[in-house]
This record gives sequence, C-alpha cells and structure tokens, in this order.
Amino acid sequence: MRLSYPVSIRIIRLPCTGKVDVIHLMEAFQKGADGVYVAGCLEGECHYLTGNLRAKKRVEYTKKLLDEIGVGGERLEMYNIAASDGPRFAEVAREMHEKIKALGPSPIREALHKKKAA
Amino acid sequence: MIVAERKPIEEIIGFVQNCKKILIVGCNECVTVCYAGGKKEVGILASALTMAFMKEGKELEIKEVTLERQCDPEYLEELRGFIDEYEAVISLACGAGVQFLAEKYLETPVFPGVNTLFMGVTEERGVWSERCQGCGQCILGQTAGICPISRCAKRLLNGPCGGSTKGKCEINPELDCAWQLIIERLKKLERLDDYETLIPIKDWSTERAGGPRKLVREDLQQ
Repeated sequence: MRLSYPVSIRIIRLPCTGKVDVIHLMEAFQKGADGVYVAGCLEGECHYLTGNLRAKKRVEYTKKLLDEIGVGGERLEMYNIAASDGPRFAEVAREMHEKIKALGPSPIREALHKKKAA
Repeated sequence: MIVAERKPIEEIIGFVQNCKKILIVGCNECVTVCYAGGKKEVGILASALTMAFMKEGKELEIKEVTLERQCDPEYLEELRGFIDEYEAVISLACGAGVQFLAEKYLETPVFPGVNTLFMGVTEERGVWSERCQGCGQCILGQTAGICPISRCAKRLLNGPCGGSTKGKCEINPELDCAWQLIIERLKKLERLDDYETLIPIKDWSTERAGGPRKLVREDLQQ
C-alpha cells in the first residue's frame, strides 16, 4: 500500500497485546517516550481469545498510575486495529502523533534532557 | 491468604520524599497472589517513584528485592548485607511483614507500601473477599463450613437477624446473608438439625478482644 505515517512512531513487535504488562508501559515512559499506544487486534478477534481485552485493562490501570505520578494518563492509549487494515494503522499513527505533539514533551523526557545537559 | 492493596503513590512518595537511596522489598507470598506486593509490583512501584522524582528534578536510587517471605526471620536475614546502605525501606508485604522487617532492622526506617485488608480468598481473577477473622475458636464444623464471624456483619452465632431480606444483608444489598447461606447448605447436607443446636456464647478472649495473641509450640521450639 506504501502508506506513510509519522517517523516519530517506533514499533515494538509483540506476538499478542496480551503480552503487554504495566511495567513495559511504565518503562517506555521512564526511558523518555512522550506517548505510547498499544495497537491490538479488534475486540472479539484475538487469536488467544482475550489477549487484547487484558491489554485494554492494563492500559487503563497504567493510565491511572501515570496520572498519579503526574506524567499524564492521556499520553497512553489503546487502539484496536485489524491486522489487514493498513490505512487505519496509518491513521491511528497520525492521530496519536498529533495528540502527543499537542501535549508537548513528557516531563520525564525533559528531566532526562536536563540530566544529559548537566 | 492475606489480601492487600497498593497504597496511593502520593502517600508512598510522602514517606521517602527526602531520600536519595531507597530499598523496595516485595514478598513472594500472599501479596504476590493478590497482585499488591510481588516482584512485579516492586518493579512497577520503582518505575513510578523514579518518574515522580525525575519530574521534580530529583534523583532517587532504588534497589528492588523480593523475599520469599517477610514474616520469617531467615528470609529477612537476606537483607543484612546491604540494608544499611539505604536511607529507607518500602515494604510491600502485609502489616506483619512490614513490622517484622522493622523489628529486625532498627537503624533503617521502614514504610508500608500496601494497605493490608483481610484474610480471604480469590473469588475470581481480580476479586477477593474475606473469609476468616482469626477468632481463635473455629465453629465452621457447626455452620456448614460458612463462617458467621467473618461473613455476618453482626457476627451472629444462632441464625440470621431481622435485617436479612431475600438472602441478602441489610448493610449491602449485594452481600449474601451468611446465615441464609449456612441454612441452605445445611439443608443440602441434610443436616438441618444442626441449626437447632444452640452455639453457646463465644469466648471472645481468643479473638483480638483479648489483646495481641501469641502461639507457642514447645515441641517445635529449639
């Protein structure tokens, strides 16, 4: 399809979003990611039946945790995209890119930059 | 198991806000099973605290350790070699574990990272409920295996009160009336006669009312 999506997106491949744990999402932010989104299969279409539903709940939990520590839960999202739906994948990438761009850099990224500069 | 839940991060930050180097100690037993204080939760708390401090422009060095148990001295000994290097310890064990750790290491401040709730069971993934209050004199043999001490709001010993409606308790329409459950189970077991046997007035001195409790088994003592 040769669809383009923003270069800011870094893809981390997993066999199933059911593998995503709270600590993985937290560590992404700890390493300076401005935003993270989990792209799972459509609900009801998980090869492992409930992997994407579990991921959804973990994302919700992590959002609350990020709110608690002031990083902001809105920087994390869960999307459901069919594996064959390339155009939607690119659309979500653009959507998330714009959203995070509007939110600005994460306070953790800024702290990491300051530390590096010092 | 002993069921606990994580304290709000803000409260935990309050304990260690002036520290630069802390130890987070998890427990591999009950709190691991109820997802409150196992190895995984230690990692999540460490990450959350690191970020909360970074955001404030501060640095916090964290060491993560998860012990087999915090309620047994031999496992707590594993901290002996390095605990002095840290300004504070956050223990994710139940109240018993936190206290035992604090008792063994008098020089280091120990803070709880979870709120300990009750002795209970996993009803389903993510749902826990109370089953035992450790009253010291188990009457489950007479009550069809259903505990009226922990499951009846009034801890009644001989049948339901007037607040039992359609099998539910008056304090919460979702809460089963323990005595309704007991009677139904006795019926199924064809032991309803047991219901007519009065349970005598309970000696509450073996419960918390008698003060902190202790068990000594001389046959096991060294």
